[in-house]
Amino acid sequence: MSLESEVKLLRNVPLLAKLDASKLKLLAFASEWLTFETEETLCHQGELGDAAFIIIDGEADILVDSPQGPVNVSTRGAGDVIGEIAILCDVPRTATVQARGRLVVLKVSKDVFMQMVTGYPAVAVEVIRILAERLATTTAELTRTTSELKVLKIAKTHGAP
Amino acid sequence: MSDRMEPSIYRYILKHSLRAQLLLLAFTLASMPLIYVSLEIPKIIINNAIGGENIPDTVLGFPVDQISFLLVMCCLFLTLVIVNGSIKYFLNVYRGVVGERMLRRLRYELYTRILRFPLPHFKRTSPGEIIPMVTAETEPLGGFIGDSFALPATQGGMLITYLFFIYNQDLLLGVAATALYPFQLYLIPKLQKRVNQLAKQRVLTVRKLADRIGESVSGVNEIHAHGTSRYERADIGSRLGKIYDIRYEIYRRKFFIKFLNNFLAQVTPFFFYSVGGIFVIRGDLTIGALVAVLAAYKDLASPWSELLKYYQMKEDIRVKYTQIVDQFQPSNMLEQALLDDEADQPQVLRGKVLGSNVSFTEDELVKTVDGANFQFEADQQVALLGLNGSGKDELSRLVARLLMASAGQISISGSNIAKLPESVTGTRFGYVGQGAFMFAGTVRDNLVYGLKRRPGVSANEGTDSTPERKQWIRDAREAGNSLDDRNADWIDYAAAGVEDSEALDRRALEICALVEAETDIYQLGLRSTMDPKKQPMLAEQILEARRELRRHLEESGSSDLVEPFDPALYNLNASVAENLMFGTARGSGLRTEALATHQYTQRVLREIGLLDDLVAIGSRVAETMVDLFADLPPGHELFEQFSFISAEDLPDFQLLLGRINSAGMETLSEDEHSRLLALALMLIPARHRLGLLDESLQARLLEARAAFAAQLPPELESQIEFFDPAAYNAAATLQDNILFGKRVYGKAHGASRLNQMVQETVDSLSLHHQIARVGLDYSVGTAGGRLSATLRQKLAIARCLLKQPDILVVNDATSALDSRAEQRVMERLLEHRAGNGVVWVLSRPSLASLFEHVLVAEDGRVVEQGPYSTLAEKPDSALNKLLQAG
Repeated sequence: MSLESEVKLLRNVPLLAKLDASKLKLLAFASEWLTFETEETLCHQGELGDAAFIIIDGEADILVDSPQGPVNVSTRGAGDVIGEIAILCDVPRTATVQARGRLVVLKVSKDVFMQMVTGYPAVAVEVIRILAERLATTTAELTRTTSELKVLKIAKTHGAP
Repeated sequence: MSDRMEPSIYRYILKHSLRAQLLLLAFTLASMPLIYVSLEIPKIIINNAIGGENIPDTVLGFPVDQISFLLVMCCLFLTLVIVNGSIKYFLNVYRGVVGERMLRRLRYELYTRILRFPLPHFKRTSPGEIIPMVTAETEPLGGFIGDSFALPATQGGMLITYLFFIYNQDLLLGVAATALYPFQLYLIPKLQKRVNQLAKQRVLTVRKLADRIGESVSGVNEIHAHGTSRYERADIGSRLGKIYDIRYEIYRRKFFIKFLNNFLAQVTPFFFYSVGGIFVIRGDLTIGALVAVLAAYKDLASPWSELLKYYQMKEDIRVKYTQIVDQFQPSNMLEQALLDDEADQPQVLRGKVLGSNVSFTEDELVKTVDGANFQFEADQQVALLGLNGSGKDELSRLVARLLMASAGQISISGSNIAKLPESVTGTRFGYVGQGAFMFAGTVRDNLVYGLKRRPGVSANEGTDSTPERKQWIRDAREAGNSLDDRNADWIDYAAAGVEDSEALDRRALEICALVEAETDIYQLGLRSTMDPKKQPMLAEQILEARRELRRHLEESGSSDLVEPFDPALYNLNASVAENLMFGTARGSGLRTEALATHQYTQRVLREIGLLDDLVAIGSRVAETMVDLFADLPPGHELFEQFSFISAEDLPDFQLLLGRINSAGMETLSEDEHSRLLALALMLIPARHRLGLLDESLQARLLEARAAFAAQLPPELESQIEFFDPAAYNAAATLQDNILFGKRVYGKAHGASRLNQMVQETVDSLSLHHQIARVGLDYSVGTAGGRLSATLRQKLAIARCLLKQPDILVVNDATSALDSRAEQRVMERLLEHRAGNGVVWVLSRPSLASLFEHVLVAEDGRVVEQGPYSTLAEKPDSALNKLLQAG
């Protein structure tokens, strides 16, 4: 895999779509190209994060610890960005990421990622957009879950119909 | 050795070199008649032998004629020249020897006195002042000491002889010749006195300057952090100006004295011409006599000026000597006996440690310990608590006998510890303080430092008998220096409870494990190189580990983690330079930059036809770098981390590329060629992924690799250690020797998985200990600068544990450890020393529960002592207050 073909792949990543070629090249050059085999973990929930991952090829499971063991909350594929929260605001990893099958990612270190965000407004805006989108989804889900919970509670107090 | 040094340089000289001075004097005086004769003989040769007057008929009973007389006299002259020259040679050498021997003695004595300074004295004295006193300031003394008696004796003797001759010719003329002497003898010392004062000032100012420079070096971080270099330069500048002023003043006065002296010497002939002239005219004096007196007077000038020079030098030296000596006799110096006395038998400190009314005063003003009373058993584990400034720090140092109580005393089973010689305190007490000092040397040197109290007996026996060693001992004795052999084996193995160096290493590493330093040392070993000639066994084992790792990697399906060095294959995870050299550079002669500029590299590449291709690749690399980094501001982090080209070189390359585009490669200078080549040599295909090295290029590089090794000129052979699958590589670290390949880029968790594999391999072959032993050879750098602060503290504790002291005093010596590690180390250490004394100054009172006995210090006293449980039960105890506060 050469730098040129990496840049072509990065073009497909929504977060980076607006960057010009030389910045993409720099990002690719300064980042590590990593291959994970099935069930190898990219990061563990609770660890401190020092890098974000951009999935180039393959799929990754997002697992969250629960009393019943790890629960698969979602699966991400090519073009998705994972793990950016932990490096944006110094919180421990919120989930464990595991390779589902062979997985190729670009590991963007915290330094390089922050350079991108602070150096190029386009990237920053894109990051905000993605986070906002996620927030919207989460809020919607939360509302849905809360109302479901209320329905359940009412059912419990009034007895089953 | 008495406690005061001799007050004047003359007394010092006489005390220590009377015999040598007398010998010098005797030889000098004995040589004078010979000098006289050698002046006489030319006269005889010219007047008698050549002039043909008064030729004796026989010499020593042999009949002679004019020619043979001349030859006899000439031979005599030649003999005298040789004899005189030899005497002069001998005298000069001997003078040098005497001076140097005395200098050696003086410096040694000064150094010994530094070791006897009471410790608080060092707070007031800086190394910047002491060092030049012992080294530079004493230097001129050596030259003077050889001359101190012989020179005034000879010159004075000559002066008197000439004066005697003049007085003999005519009393009045004699008076005239010396008429101005009283005046000179009165005036010159007066003038000299001021010069002496200035010289004194100069010495002090230079000392201060040395001190300030030392301070700038130690405080250089602060200077940069506060941007105060301008202030510092102004300070040094003003000091230099002061020295200049003093020196200028000294020159003016010194040469004025010289001028006056010369002037007066020239004035005297005035008397000869006038007074002598009148006498001759009157007929009271023959003209021949006047001429003779004038000639004698001319001769008089040289010894007189020599004496004056000597006088000025003597004054200068006298001032220097007293100024040095004054600094080396502080009050309360340690008794020499405490340093020297050896205990008759190994003494073990057991019984009650009792402090009664112990006080310690620093600077006569502040009483940091004020009438402290305490007691505990020498084999008890004691916690010493208190707030900062409570005196706990001084108390711990008083117990370790590093400080001497200014009032009261500390005794162990009844005997005052102030009277114990260091041979006892140095072995029976262990003290670790806040600053863990490391001596330049290896980790091992520092660990066994506490065992180096005296030279091993066996080592001395073998070496003392060689003639060189005997001569060395004679010289050392003459100069009052130490007679101990520094190269003997000083390590006291018995004190560490082991028999030989191998067992000592094992023991040292066990103790390091106790303070959690063993892993660090092992890691240092893994990253160190070692000489396979000295340790062929280990080299063999490492090669075994290399094979084992390969097997291990294959069995666990992880062989893709490492790309091994294969002579027949191009290694994609190694740089082009490594692939070309296929070896490790020793020293800097063949590091990538140097490799690119080396004639030999360029020749090999040219012959294969690769040179132009690689330069072209270099220019492609440069292009990419310019493309990637040109927009970034210089100093941007990404530059430092990822660019092949530094920010300041980037514009150069930009211009260079512009020229290549417009005019082609041909215009490149040789230097530019090499720079581009260096870029290509740095390329690691798997890491940089620039796609510049296709397979045909790789194949040609393999050809170049073979050629590079085959034609290697002899002068480069020592600069490179080739990769050989079957041989140990002395220039590479142990770890690289085990890996014998490059870690493959882009493997998830590759580094940690590989480390794990290496670890397992090392363990399966039981090599851990051997590698840690190599770690013991790691050089710690000046003051341990190459080690982390944490490791330094751990090693300082281990150093104390190794000598198995009866009482171990730990004074806030774990501050660099994190609090969990601190507690772990403390628990392990207390367990290790179960049944042996420990006094631990705690900064965290909560840890006191680990100890049997607790002392609480407050305002220089011990306000509370007893078992932890008893004190903790009392609600209003000082211990509880500390616990609540901290």
